[in-house]
Amino acid sequence: MMASSYTAKEEDGHITVSGPGALRSRKPENTAFKQQRLPAWQPILTAGTVLPAFFIIGLLFIPIGIGLFVTSNNIKEFEIDYTGVDASSPCFNCSQSFSWNSSRPCTCSIPFYLEQPYESNVYVYYGLSNFYQNHRRYVKSRDDSQLNGDPKSLMEPSKECEPYAFHENKPIAPCGAIANSMFNDTLELFYNDPNGTKVQILLNTTGIAWWTDKHVKFGNPGGNSPNLTAAFQGTTKPINWRRPVFDLDADEGNNGFINEDFIVWMRTAALPTFRKLYRIINKKSGMVPTLPRGNYSLEVVYNYPVRSFEGRKRMILSTISWMGGKNPFLGIAYITVGSVCFFLGIVLLLIHHKCGNRNNNADISN
Amino acid sequence: MLRRRLNRWLGRDERRVDSRTICVGHRSSSNNEAFIPPKFCDNRIVSSKYTVWNFLPKNLFEQFRRIANFYFLIIFLVQVIVDTPTSPVTSGLPLFFVITVTAIKQGYEDWLRHKADNEVNKYPVTVLEQGRRIRKESEKIKVGDVLEVDEDETFPCDLILLQSSRDDDTCFVTTASLDGESNHKTHYTVPDTEKDLESLNATIECEHPQPDLYKFVGRMHIYKTDQEPAVRSLGPENLLLKGSTLKNTQTICGVAIYTGMETKMALNYQGKSQKRSAVEKSINAFLLVYLCILVSKALVCTTLKYVWQNKPGQDEPWYNEKTQREKDTNLYLKMFTDFLSFMVLFNFIIPVSMYVTVEMQKFLGSFFITWDKDFFDPEIKEGALVNTSDLNEELGQVEYVFTDKTGTLTQNNMEFIECCIDGFQYKYQDAGTDLDGFCVTDGPVNKVQHKAGREKEELFLRALCLCHTVQVKESPEQGQGQRDGLMDQVDGLGVDGLGADGEGLHPPPQEQRGFIASSPDEVALVKGAMRYGFTFLGFESKTMKILTRDNDVERYELLHVLNFDPVRRRMSVIVRSKSGDTLLFCKGADSSIFPRVRQEEVERIRMNVERNATEGYRTLCVAYKHLNAEEYAQADAGLREARLALQDREEKLMAVYNQVETGMSLIGATAVEDRLQEEAAETMEALQGAGMKVWVLTGDKMETAKSTCYACRLFQRNTELLELTVRTLEDGGRRREERLHELLVEYHKKAVQDAPAVKAGVTRTWSSANHDYGFIIDGATLSMVLNSSSESNSSRYKNLFLQICQNCTSVLCCRMAPLQKAQIVKMVKNSKGSPITLSIGDGANDVSMILEAHVGIGIKGKEGRQAVRNSDYAIPKLKHLKKLLLAHGHLYYVRIAHLVQYFFYKNLCFILPQFLYQFFCGYSQQPLYDAAYLTMYNICFTSMPILAYSLLEQHICMEVLLDNATLYRGIAKNGMLRWGPFFYWTLLGVFHGLLFFFGVRYLFGNPALQDNGQVFGNWSYGTIVFTVLVFTVTLKLALDTRHWTWINHFVIWGSLAFYVFFSFFWGGIIWPFLKQQRLYFVFANMLSSVSAWLVIILLILLSLLPEILLVVFRKPRGPHAGQLSQEGLLQTARLHLSHHLPIST
Repeated sequence: MMASSYTAKEEDGHITVSGPGALRSRKPENTAFKQQRLPAWQPILTAGTVLPAFFIIGLLFIPIGIGLFVTSNNIKEFEIDYTGVDASSPCFNCSQSFSWNSSRPCTCSIPFYLEQPYESNVYVYYGLSNFYQNHRRYVKSRDDSQLNGDPKSLMEPSKECEPYAFHENKPIAPCGAIANSMFNDTLELFYNDPNGTKVQILLNTTGIAWWTDKHVKFGNPGGNSPNLTAAFQGTTKPINWRRPVFDLDADEGNNGFINEDFIVWMRTAALPTFRKLYRIINKKSGMVPTLPRGNYSLEVVYNYPVRSFEGRKRMILSTISWMGGKNPFLGIAYITVGSVCFFLGIVLLLIHHKCGNRNNNADISN
Repeated sequence: MLRRRLNRWLGRDERRVDSRTICVGHRSSSNNEAFIPPKFCDNRIVSSKYTVWNFLPKNLFEQFRRIANFYFLIIFLVQVIVDTPTSPVTSGLPLFFVITVTAIKQGYEDWLRHKADNEVNKYPVTVLEQGRRIRKESEKIKVGDVLEVDEDETFPCDLILLQSSRDDDTCFVTTASLDGESNHKTHYTVPDTEKDLESLNATIECEHPQPDLYKFVGRMHIYKTDQEPAVRSLGPENLLLKGSTLKNTQTICGVAIYTGMETKMALNYQGKSQKRSAVEKSINAFLLVYLCILVSKALVCTTLKYVWQNKPGQDEPWYNEKTQREKDTNLYLKMFTDFLSFMVLFNFIIPVSMYVTVEMQKFLGSFFITWDKDFFDPEIKEGALVNTSDLNEELGQVEYVFTDKTGTLTQNNMEFIECCIDGFQYKYQDAGTDLDGFCVTDGPVNKVQHKAGREKEELFLRALCLCHTVQVKESPEQGQGQRDGLMDQVDGLGVDGLGADGEGLHPPPQEQRGFIASSPDEVALVKGAMRYGFTFLGFESKTMKILTRDNDVERYELLHVLNFDPVRRRMSVIVRSKSGDTLLFCKGADSSIFPRVRQEEVERIRMNVERNATEGYRTLCVAYKHLNAEEYAQADAGLREARLALQDREEKLMAVYNQVETGMSLIGATAVEDRLQEEAAETMEALQGAGMKVWVLTGDKMETAKSTCYACRLFQRNTELLELTVRTLEDGGRRREERLHELLVEYHKKAVQDAPAVKAGVTRTWSSANHDYGFIIDGATLSMVLNSSSESNSSRYKNLFLQICQNCTSVLCCRMAPLQKAQIVKMVKNSKGSPITLSIGDGANDVSMILEAHVGIGIKGKEGRQAVRNSDYAIPKLKHLKKLLLAHGHLYYVRIAHLVQYFFYKNLCFILPQFLYQFFCGYSQQPLYDAAYLTMYNICFTSMPILAYSLLEQHICMEVLLDNATLYRGIAKNGMLRWGPFFYWTLLGVFHGLLFFFGVRYLFGNPALQDNGQVFGNWSYGTIVFTVLVFTVTLKLALDTRHWTWINHFVIWGSLAFYVFFSFFWGGIIWPFLKQQRLYFVFANMLSSVSAWLVIILLILLSLLPEILLVVFRKPRGPHAGQLSQEGLLQTARLHLSHHLPIST
């Protein structure tokens, strides 16, 4: 500051010495920007401009809402809880006698009846409740470079995987809590033909994970080498797994890290109650419904304990529309917002009509 | 700082000696016993803060002293140390950015200071050493050096004057840059020093450096080889201060006694105290609220977390075990780190970027003031100057305007308008060319005779030429007999002041004479006389020379000057003409002259004087008297005796003056105009219309100031004036204190108690015919009010005074000392409701009030640059104030207020979903958004539109703002940043946050959102919320934008496009440096889902719906209580808008 006073002094000197003519002109440029006169669009929201918008929104949203609602209602969904909490439940025994070490898997069979035939592709989901897949400690407990097939990370899993990084001094592949807790119930569907035969329904294991996940984000170590066992040499299976990662599926393209069940599981759910796509039942050619009306039974190989944290396990059969699974929320929301807008439009119109006149009068009197 | 401390430390030794001893020219006195030359600081001026070496640590330290920066540093450190949900990068990067930018800016500023310092320190000076003249750099001057300074040079340090080139051992100095007094002061050499400086052997003993400019005590011992050392006392008249300039003297020699940081100038320098705007205070208050929200959020989450974890199976289910370290951690420590983690997770609610954006907005926004061509003054070829950009918005909040009069309201350009001789009115017409061009206008008086007798005319003009204390500015080329070519440096104008005609710019050289006088009126009168052919040529040892019309030089011996004083309000001179006549000429205010002249002469002139006075001119009457030898002898004796009196000299002088100045005969009267600044009245009217109270603080006389106030329409015809001046106090004949009390109570009753209507409608009085009050107080009375004898009275008077003033439309404070000006400003500033004050002035005497007020405005006037330097903003003319406040100030305020509110809003609805998500993820501090989004939200996605808005928005266009001063009131009292609007914005933020989160939450009731049955995970959830957020927040701003330039379009749509582009890009690649590829193809997958699209559209629309509704609902009812009155303004403005700009809707 003090220095500036000296410079100013210099200026003073100039003024007295050289007179006004010698000063260089510091006239500000006369540009639109510098003078804050850029051409501008100056919209003013008035009832006149807003009212039509309300009507348009109303008129658009209500049909969309109805469409969504109808679509959602047309989606057929069947849900069955097979946790086995009640003593009457067929899986009660399995849920009671669960132990990690049991070598013989416990199975149970739950019969159910489909009242409507499922015409199109049917998507089989498993649902878990009170399962905090979005817990921070859980979400970060993975090593994406290991899952991508990086050989270095395979042998040295990230610290984030702790305490699921090493087991008996061997690196766990895949490491981390997410992988360790992979859902490993086996669900099988049987159609009980009215004539007494029990027909197993073909469940498609592919197409359940995001394409990019399967083909880019996840990859087996050693690239496309057919010998997965060798690729995973030196690693150990996650503690709670029954089989090593290279033994998840017989299909080469669905084994190891690129097993779609695994990939689906690895995409952590947003909420503690969630569903994950398990299998797809493809529509058979012709007019035959994918799942005709009738009796079915769900055969569960009960491996996954949820009672310890009061969780629930569900199996969901659902058809799919362009908007995804069944969810009436969007339809209702759209209809509500649309009607509110429309209603507001009418109210505003009335108010505007009345007050507009009054305002005009006031303007004149001013 | 270190230097100063060191000096202080060194100074301790010196202080023991109690004075410093300096050897002139470093010639230690031979007969002195071993004399150790003491060390003094060098002549280096250091105003810079940093050096290359200490810049980094010192700057960082300074920066982290700011509470906000420190907060972010803490957050960053917590992230580094504690296992937190977000990586340190998310808050470290913005912090680093902010710190770097600030450091660069401060470094640049310091570099400029270094440069300026160097300029001063390297300024060449001439040092006399062993008889040789050596050019040195200024910083190398040591105490004891003998310096030679030439005319118009500035003294490089404090000097004791040893020798002057003038015959009379004096030199002239102006101290304009020190105290603002531009008149020439005479300083004297030390008496009896030898002419030959080389052989001078002397020491100076003087006090330690102290800041008082007018105090100096010292002794000089002169040693002569064959004599006893002589001792001369030194006083301030021998001291030449650093910073003052040598005038009218060719060279001087002096010895340096104080150097560098010890000069009186440096000691007087006080750092400008940082002015903080009201907006900043609001920000801090809001910040506190948000900090509370943040802490309570973290507390709630931490508590709930432990409550939740208490349920069996929740804390550590089999699928999600803790590491051994986590298990071992102490529970309370864990709670604490959890709390910190939550703090970190939610810390984005207090955005570091807001500070950056506010700073940028202020910095960039201030350019619009300098760029404004309306502020460009073709005369001085300069535009406005912004010294601080921190106060832009304060310009829109001004409630009190304190203005200087001379040079601010008026041009300080006295001009002789007309005179009246013997009852005949003479008006100077144009640049009358013939010397006899004494035009007589057809006044009503002079029907019969058109001119007063020539004798009278000449007597009058002689009186003007003689009755004054004006000095003629000497030119260096005087010896060559050239009198022309002088630039008048004192009042800075040529003689032909009728500059408005255009002729004044190039006055003919004959007329260019420099006159120096304490009052510009005197100069105007002398010049006026010159115009009629009587030129004052100057003094020649007690003889005044005048050049008459007939080109004769007349000489008058000046016998006595009876000085002007404000009580007598007149001055006289007694001169003796060549013919031996002794004459007394007297000029003064009509009220003081009329009683002292023959009454029959008065009537003829009184009319003219009164007419001139009502026209706003300053009038003076001129009278004369012949003194016969006897009378003179008596007067002479009386005067001499009184002057020598030791006691009551003032009273005695006064008595003699009064005695002498009687029985005069009136010759005529003069009218001098101090022109108002261009559009002064319009500007004042606009300011009052905008609800500002204008106070005139002037050092000038009451009458002049009052007439200026009338001319500026600050006082109107129907304004009732409440006077509280020395005169009114003395009217009652009682003790001043009593009278003061009485008057205060009376006025208070009048203005405050009896006029409740006025009180309520103060802000409306300007237009309505309400009873207006104007208040007048003078300096002496003010000091009585403020420093009343008894403590209790003092505060009571102060209160009464303030209340009266606040209920008056305008207040005039005359005869103010600079410090009193600041006192008044301070008093108003600290009064109830702490109103925003603005001071405007042009002179050094206004600096104190400029510094004191919230906003200080300097006018680039004639009285030097002192005011400009200390101001926050400088404008060339008073008229520019209107646009500065009404247009720029208003817009800046609206812009920044919106900016601040918007920032808090957008961060609230940014973080609220993240907070809500904790309820669904087991209070595990899981962030809802990806780290990239967390970091980029404030930096890239939403920062540019609001910055563009805050730079370009014109919710009402400038012309309308200028035409309707009332609009300014709409934002008064920090209208857009009070708690009402703040809660509205907060509520909006909460509403939006809830909507975003739960809208998506219900959508995720079934996460199978793709048409192939595949499900979305938590990152998709976050991305959908974030997309809605970015769009809503940006479109909300778009809704608020009233002024869409292409930049707004570009930035708003551009940042939305950038968001989409970035999301694709970020999710499109496996980033090798990321530990987790969380967002890989999440955004693309989201867009492939119809449901996601639908929910995004729905939520955006639903969020903006209330906003749109409010706009519509608010309109018919006018400004909604608690809402921004902006809408109301719009309504008013709309009508005008349609006239000014075609609206393309």
